Amino acid sequence: MIQPYIEILPQLLKGANTTIQILIASALVTYSVAFIAGLGKISRFKLVRGVTTFYVEIFRGTSLLVQMFWIFYALPAFGITLSPFLAGVITLGLNYGAYASEVVRGAIQAIPKGQTEAAIALNMSRWHRMTRVILPQAIRIMLPGFGNISIELLKGTSLVSLITLADLTFQGLIIRNTNLSYTFHVFISLLVIYFLIALPLIILVRKLENRAAKGVAK
Amino acid sequence: MSWDWEFAIEIFPELFNVIWLVIGITFAAYAVALIFGLVLTFGRRSKFKPLALVTYGFIEFVRSTPPLVQLFFVYFALPQLGITMDKYVAGILTLGIHYSTYVSEVYRSGIESIPKGQWEASRALNFSKTQTWFRVILPQSIPPVIPMLGNYLLVLFKETPLLGAIGVLEFLTRAKNIGSASFSYLEPFTIVGLLFLVLSYSSSIMIQKLEKKMKKVHVRTN
Repeated sequence: MIQPYIEILPQLLKGANTTIQILIASALVTYSVAFIAGLGKISRFKLVRGVTTFYVEIFRGTSLLVQMFWIFYALPAFGITLSPFLAGVITLGLNYGAYASEVVRGAIQAIPKGQTEAAIALNMSRWHRMTRVILPQAIRIMLPGFGNISIELLKGTSLVSLITLADLTFQGLIIRNTNLSYTFHVFISLLVIYFLIALPLIILVRKLENRAAKGVAK
Repeated sequence: MSWDWEFAIEIFPELFNVIWLVIGITFAAYAVALIFGLVLTFGRRSKFKPLALVTYGFIEFVRSTPPLVQLFFVYFALPQLGITMDKYVAGILTLGIHYSTYVSEVYRSGIESIPKGQWEASRALNFSKTQTWFRVILPQSIPPVIPMLGNYLLVLFKETPLLGAIGVLEFLTRAKNIGSASFSYLEPFTIVGLLFLVLSYSSSIMIQKLEKKMKKVHVRTN
């Protein structure tokens, strides 16, 4: 009974390795984009706000898979050809970054106005006000949101298998196609492995949420 | 780069036609999510501890594993256990059950916002458990969370292209085929993207309007 699992596990772990690499790379893009777009949305310049809103609406309004296919298949029409890895990471980062930018914006706006006023009264520059007063408090509020987005991101990485990248899901499909009798073993293993990768994130989010519920930055 | 209008207009009807199927599948899966979400909410609140624990584990597991793999599991792996489904049923069930875990969290937040006095008052009036739930608690806890539920309708709509992986709604495959036959991927994929944008944008405006209406109703009853 255990035999099939022992047989397929090495290949699945190879895929899991790729999945984790994609997760880390796209998480870095996601968080960076989230800060840029989150701050862009509350910028004092109308043009910056407009461009950011446009980006966020486009990526939140269409489907992740459609975006991934568009970037992988349609971008070459503009002379930009990306490897599956790069296309996957960029799409995931831009898509989840659009969602995460709302987390950044919400957290910054959750900081009481008095903090901004106090910083102005202390004659702090805009830059100092943001980096020394607002962001240090806002980041603590963002953490549970970022954790949840990272779990969503992990789930989203499975889509790169559809643009031929050999991630965990892709390896599973290969094993299944070469040996149909392993179908059940393969897909139950995939679910369990994805859950095991997500587990540390789930626990972390719970901890952060509990801490936030106790009250941070009051 | 060359955007070919003639080509775009020629392939538009073929891609546009799929929209009705996408909408149908979205609402079917959403109905599953709304109903099964309620079952999960009751399961998690059950006084019978093992049931509450199993429900909790189910929610966490389904929420944190990819819907794409769940789809493969339901469509390819379950037949080995003797459970065979039509691909449409498999697709609708998978998406519906996946989002029922999110929906049940929404219900939960709505239920937890009901003051304890309401439970006590129902008890004092000698209401049965079913009466308390369906006459007192749910009618108050669901309206305030309708905007959140509406958001999940949009999220679910955006996940429907996944079903292409088991041969349902393969408009992405179709777009890919059109692309590879004509060496032009730009037009088919852009059309698909724009169709999604228009639909989800117009429905999100509708949800916002609904939200405003709900707020007014809420204020009036208070």
